[in-house]
Amino acid sequence: MQWNSLVTQLFGPYHGMRADGDFLRGEVMFEGEPLTVIGTTNHASIGVRLALAQARAVLDTVAQHPGRPILLLIDTQGQQLRRRDELLGINRAMAHLGASIDLARRRGHRVIGLVYDQALSGGFITSGLIADACYALPDAEIRVMRIPAMARVTKLSEEKLAALSQSNPVFAPGVQNYVAMGGVRALWRGDLQACLRDALTHTPTEDRRAQDGAERGGRQLAAAVVQRVLDAA
Amino acid sequence: MISYAECSARERLAKLLDPGSFHEWLPPAERVTSPHLAQLGVPFAFDDGVAIGRATLDDRSVFVAAQEGGFMGGGVGEVHGAKLVGLMQRALRDRPAAVLLLAESGGVRLHEANAGLIAVSEVMRALLDVRAAGIPVIVLIGGANGCFGGMGIVARCADHIVMSDVGRLAMSGPEVIESSHGVDEFDSRDRALVWRTTGGKHRWLTGDCDALVEDDVAAFRASAVAAIDASRPLTLAALEEEHALLSARLHALPSDTAGRDEATLLWSALGFADAQQVPDLSVEAVRALRAIR
Repeated sequence: MQWNSLVTQLFGPYHGMRADGDFLRGEVMFEGEPLTVIGTTNHASIGVRLALAQARAVLDTVAQHPGRPILLLIDTQGQQLRRRDELLGINRAMAHLGASIDLARRRGHRVIGLVYDQALSGGFITSGLIADACYALPDAEIRVMRIPAMARVTKLSEEKLAALSQSNPVFAPGVQNYVAMGGVRALWRGDLQACLRDALTHTPTEDRRAQDGAERGGRQLAAAVVQRVLDAA
Repeated sequence: MISYAECSARERLAKLLDPGSFHEWLPPAERVTSPHLAQLGVPFAFDDGVAIGRATLDDRSVFVAAQEGGFMGGGVGEVHGAKLVGLMQRALRDRPAAVLLLAESGGVRLHEANAGLIAVSEVMRALLDVRAAGIPVIVLIGGANGCFGGMGIVARCADHIVMSDVGRLAMSGPEVIESSHGVDEFDSRDRALVWRTTGGKHRWLTGDCDALVEDDVAAFRASAVAAIDASRPLTLAALEEEHALLSARLHALPSDTAGRDEATLLWSALGFADAQQVPDLSVEAVRALRAIR
């Protein structure tokens, strides 16, 4: 879905959100309450510059609007694959973005992620995956890598990976698999305003993803292994 | 002098911690393995590539994890990640003096990509919980596989990073960048270029690591001992300071470098004289540069 039609559905035609290149930012009203919206579009690749732009918006909200909820709109092809970004410490910039979102949560901001188009690996880990919880639209796409690239890196055949990805959510791209594994809390269908209202009210502040993955059958070991470590003699 | 890079994860634990003090949780004998690797017909490990437990370091109680780069490049899968999360949650409950992470990882284990990606983000959140509780998390980077991908982000969420000059810390590996944008973007076989971009000396000069040591287990130990009380709370002020540093760095490097070496330009811009000499200097000499700048 285009970001403009998404925010129009959520906040009405006079939402006031702006795109600056691939970066989205706005202070919107949702049912009478102000909300900060931060996001990316055009399948943005997240380099140092875009990570810092997002972190700036998060820190501004924490400093100027204590407690104001934050909605992260996610459309990214992953981290920028450039030597220059590596030299500049892209991992540090992304950690800074993640730590800024984490600080907002600790200071009482509800932080909701929404994958409205595409979410890949590095661009996702310090946005939706570090929010209180992440949601997705049903036609969104979430993955780490396309199957041909996975085949190259893992040295397994494309045919084998494609076949296995039909049955095991652990290596198959797709939002439904991320729901099954607990990485996405739920899909937003139908009335998007009702979905956002519900998310702002009911999203847990603790990390429930491993338990969700176990209960939904998509990630059966994580929660149990964590518990074994806690119980180990 | 024992090379940290050449040690396995378990050798590092044995030699870096107080002798005989490491008590492992979920040891190989318990055979907590990855079912996904088995399904792919790929060899699996009885510890899923990471050893976790408690120990003492200079008589202080610490929790520790060591990733085995020799197994799938230290990649984080479902079980591997859950062991790290469990260690962090247990640290939050039992409050050791510090948590040590002997990181050696290519990031998400692509054989179980989705689970690995979620797991890395769970490690991040759990680590930040530990840090917020005032328990320092100290990351040691000096393995041959470096610390890349999601683990490169996790490392930068910690209180303190110790690196050797042979250590590497980054996000995407040179091979990935080369295969995506060509050899002119990043020649992954140009070892000098790889180290100027990701290596310990570069990360020391930029402040991306907090200590630069020789490739020596004893040096890592001494540096970890020194960092054990180095808790750095993540406050709004601290994050504003971090933001200013990263923004200044972004603007310090000219967008058109006219074919000159970007690392050298960046070091010069950060105030290091004779930047072109850096790759040839000893660890001790590079360490001294930060003090005299």
